[in-house]
Amino acid sequence: MLPIRTYHDLTDADRSGLPEQIGAQRKRVAERLASVGRVIAVMSGKGGVGKSYVTAHLARALARAGRPAGVLDADLNGPTIPRLLVIPRAPLTAHPDHIEPLIGLDGVRCISMALLLEDGAPLAFKGPSAESFVWRGAMEASALRELLSDVAWGTLDTLLLDLPPGMQRYIELCDILGAPPAVLTVTIPTPESGDAVRRAMRAALERGSQLLGIVENMTGQGFVGSAADDLAREFSVPVLARIPWHPAPDAWSALGGRL
Amino acid sequence: MKFLCVDCNKQMAFEERRLPGDGTLAATFKCPTCGRVVAMLTNPMETQLVSSLGVEIGGRTVPAQPLETVRKMVSTGRDDAFVEGGDPRGHAAGSNGTPTWSAEAHERLVRVPNFVRGMVKRIYADYAKERGIAEITPAVMDTARAELGLEGM
Repeated sequence: MLPIRTYHDLTDADRSGLPEQIGAQRKRVAERLASVGRVIAVMSGKGGVGKSYVTAHLARALARAGRPAGVLDADLNGPTIPRLLVIPRAPLTAHPDHIEPLIGLDGVRCISMALLLEDGAPLAFKGPSAESFVWRGAMEASALRELLSDVAWGTLDTLLLDLPPGMQRYIELCDILGAPPAVLTVTIPTPESGDAVRRAMRAALERGSQLLGIVENMTGQGFVGSAADDLAREFSVPVLARIPWHPAPDAWSALGGRL
Repeated sequence: MKFLCVDCNKQMAFEERRLPGDGTLAATFKCPTCGRVVAMLTNPMETQLVSSLGVEIGGRTVPAQPLETVRKMVSTGRDDAFVEGGDPRGHAAGSNGTPTWSAEAHERLVRVPNFVRGMVKRIYADYAKERGIAEITPAVMDTARAELGLEGM
């Protein structure tokens, strides 16, 4: 058998420099976020609990309190943040090394795939349709990375990332940031939601994220259960807010004040 | 991915990248000792996987543009999603080595979908500027497209 050196044995300079290209991408993210005080991932693991609604109102409350806030709509396939922030339809301005975010209610800076896609169109990519599952996840992760690194967020107190249901985007985010983000979880009172959110919180904890607390959404209107209290006890984190169907404006200010 | 010339026990060096336009990619590597050249051929799915990482085999020759992967790869982008902001360096075409566009090249450029046109224009301009090319012509665009992997642009 021929003696063949292994990949790591070959250390000559490589013109492609793929690891260096990946490193440069990570560096660009870090440089762009250097002026951002805190990155918070808003997640739940469960769909339909109101993550985007909580994210948008929390960002507005922070901005009203004089703490500049931005929202990155990380739900690339079901983006809703621009509508919640009432962002006027306008093109994004592209400069040689950055994109300007659009500004929503209360001055919240925002980027979202909804600002880029044709009305009603799904997020679709050029490329071979066969075995698209092999590359689609990587393509979405690249899109998320570019939304982080290429948008001129400016000086922000907090950048909120509105994550889609499930854990995939959170894991991508950890890899892109190079460190796990702080996590704010949203649940509704039901035990079914509690089950899904528990898995998400456990995964976030295992990745090393700081669990900031829980927001219980849609309280007092037919949803029965104690998911927020149960999770708070289990993970030793606070229930930061209980949001009814028609919350008073100060509910959001109070939540912002606890972060 | 690296290539080893087994006879010489030497790491082969990247030589050239070609994009035939059918979604495949060919990259050649040469042994620095014996001169043997091999070509790596990827199928469309493999080529797409590399593209999806936002990296380029053979290395980058012009700077990455903002949202480059999104603008290159999203097929359902809004035509009016972007407007191009000014060059903060204040370079006008023809000044400071900034290349001008021939009428034919400009005509070809306006056929590029608006979602990606501004970015493509900057990439061609950066390419020409780095090589000291004063005027961008369709021939320059063809060469740049092949070298930079701007398929469909």
